[in-house]
Amino acid sequence: MYSRAYKMLVSLPPLLWVGLFLLLPYALMFAHSFWAVRDGVIVHDWNLHNYATLFSKPVYVEVLLRTMRIAASVTLSSLLLGYPLAYYLSFHAGARKELLYQLVIVPLWVSYLVRGYAWKTILGGEGVLNGFLQYLHLTHEPVAFLLYSPFAVVLVLTHIYTPFVFLPIYAALEHIPRPLVEASQDLGAGSLQTFLRVILPLSIPGLLAGATFAFVLSLGDFLAPLLVGGASGTMIANVVQSLFGAAFDWPLGAAISVGILILTISLLFLSERLEKRWSFK
Amino acid sequence: MNSAAANPQHRPPATPGALLEVLGVAKRFGAREVLKDISLNIASGEFLTLLGESGSGKTTLLRLVAGFEQPTAGEIWMGGQQLDTLPPYERRVNTVFQHYALFPHLSVRENVAYGLRVKRTSATETSGRVEEALRMVKMQEYAESRPSKLSGGQQQRVALARALVNRPLLLLLDEPLSALDANLRKQMQSELKALQRELGITFLFVTHDQEEAMALSDRIALLRDGALEQVASPREIYAHPVTAYTAQFIGQTNLLRGKIMDGAARCGSLRWRADGPSGAAIFSLRPEAICLASDGAAPPGTARFRAAVQQQFFSGASELLEVNCGGGQLLRVRISARGPLSGEHEFVFATTDAIRVQE
Repeated sequence: MYSRAYKMLVSLPPLLWVGLFLLLPYALMFAHSFWAVRDGVIVHDWNLHNYATLFSKPVYVEVLLRTMRIAASVTLSSLLLGYPLAYYLSFHAGARKELLYQLVIVPLWVSYLVRGYAWKTILGGEGVLNGFLQYLHLTHEPVAFLLYSPFAVVLVLTHIYTPFVFLPIYAALEHIPRPLVEASQDLGAGSLQTFLRVILPLSIPGLLAGATFAFVLSLGDFLAPLLVGGASGTMIANVVQSLFGAAFDWPLGAAISVGILILTISLLFLSERLEKRWSFK
Repeated sequence: MNSAAANPQHRPPATPGALLEVLGVAKRFGAREVLKDISLNIASGEFLTLLGESGSGKTTLLRLVAGFEQPTAGEIWMGGQQLDTLPPYERRVNTVFQHYALFPHLSVRENVAYGLRVKRTSATETSGRVEEALRMVKMQEYAESRPSKLSGGQQQRVALARALVNRPLLLLLDEPLSALDANLRKQMQSELKALQRELGITFLFVTHDQEEAMALSDRIALLRDGALEQVASPREIYAHPVTAYTAQFIGQTNLLRGKIMDGAARCGSLRWRADGPSGAAIFSLRPEAICLASDGAAPPGTARFRAAVQQQFFSGASELLEVNCGGGQLLRVRISARGPLSGEHEFVFATTDAIRVQE
């Protein structure tokens, strides 16, 4: 048993950390969202005007919808890449498993920024990909949509978040007792039926966790659109960034942030509920 | 042209009445030879037990029959069809796994229906057969439960129903009772045996528990280091063990190491008339084959010896004595319970009960 004083002492630093760097900023953000800017000064005039702007100006709704579309595309494509990869590693890689696992993880050690710039070099008008396409005479001039488009943003974010999707799915697959797979085959199910009836249902918690990672992280991303998104690939976080920066409208930026926060928390909550529903212990 | 010639994977069984034929099967995992040249027949309707210590290869042999492993050499045939070339899901064999391997995301009913659903059996037939299987193992009232809500014994029954509902030609059981406590084990043993008689399905049962093997089996195949030591009925293997290993593994015994010379066996201070070629010899003498000489007149063909009682272990109807025949030679003697004994006594045994075994 630990004494009360000891428990207080060890819980104080994390509580202070969370309080100072998480709860306080959120409180400030929440307060700002009800204030206003007048003559370049933030005034503490409590109102719901910012939220009204958020819903009445089509540009914000449009960017938010685009952001969700991009996040959904990233989620779908990283699931389509991450799930088969995790399945292969867990069930069929044999002796190569450790090596392949490391290969999936290694990109996480490389800075996001570096990877983003790498894509810029690959996708650009003078880039590697366009050069290659022209060399093959498949195209005669640079393909424009490759860079500065929602497509580029989805591509970069998929590249960056696929390991995050892979990891929880891989963990879930590794936790499936192998005798269950044998039992399924024993009862007459081939590989496909065994996958659909046993492996897939038992990996759903991992799949949900991975999908949530990809969606939530993409939803708040501002670097990828900044690097490769262009005007057509702008996402909601870029809008927030500009409102807090050049546009100097902190209250509106805070209102949008609160909106994103509510959306994100609801998603996490929903995902957790679903994961519980699909876990059998 | 008959069908056997048209398809080399079909032929009548080499041994009439054999359902499963294991022909010269060997299995290696890397450099480790787990099974060496195993040949074994199982008759239709038979309850055959693969008995052995852990690492003897018994589970590997079962997995070869189920199709989870491929033999390195040899063939396995079932009912005139080559089995070892088929994937597990095309074999008319079902397995009861050691830890049951019930699907945690499916209810008891869905678990039992799994095999039929996978084979696209009609809904009405499926529900009828599932109901019947659940009734057979007395689990109808748990049909909607998840496996995690069931006790070990109940999970065991569901695993059994899930396998039997497919009407396999051969049921494989991989130490199915090892996770149960002693009482439940006895009860499940009796239910298993009753079920096997009732259904007439051939059972291939794996266990390391010789008592369980003796109680349940029509025949026991004793495995030692990946090779078959002896295959015989429980009574035969107990009464006539071929090797010292078998004699010790199946029941308790006294192993007497000595020699045969001039028509007599000499093992330490024990001597008795014995035929056979002269030379070193090992005999197995069961504790219950020895009695106190005072318990009755010694008929011809018996050997007598005097020994001092060193230990006495009471076990209800009988008691086990540890006696010293002199020179540190200890023998175990099982007699019916008769109260405390001490000092020297005269013991007898029928010389035919001293079974000569190989090393």
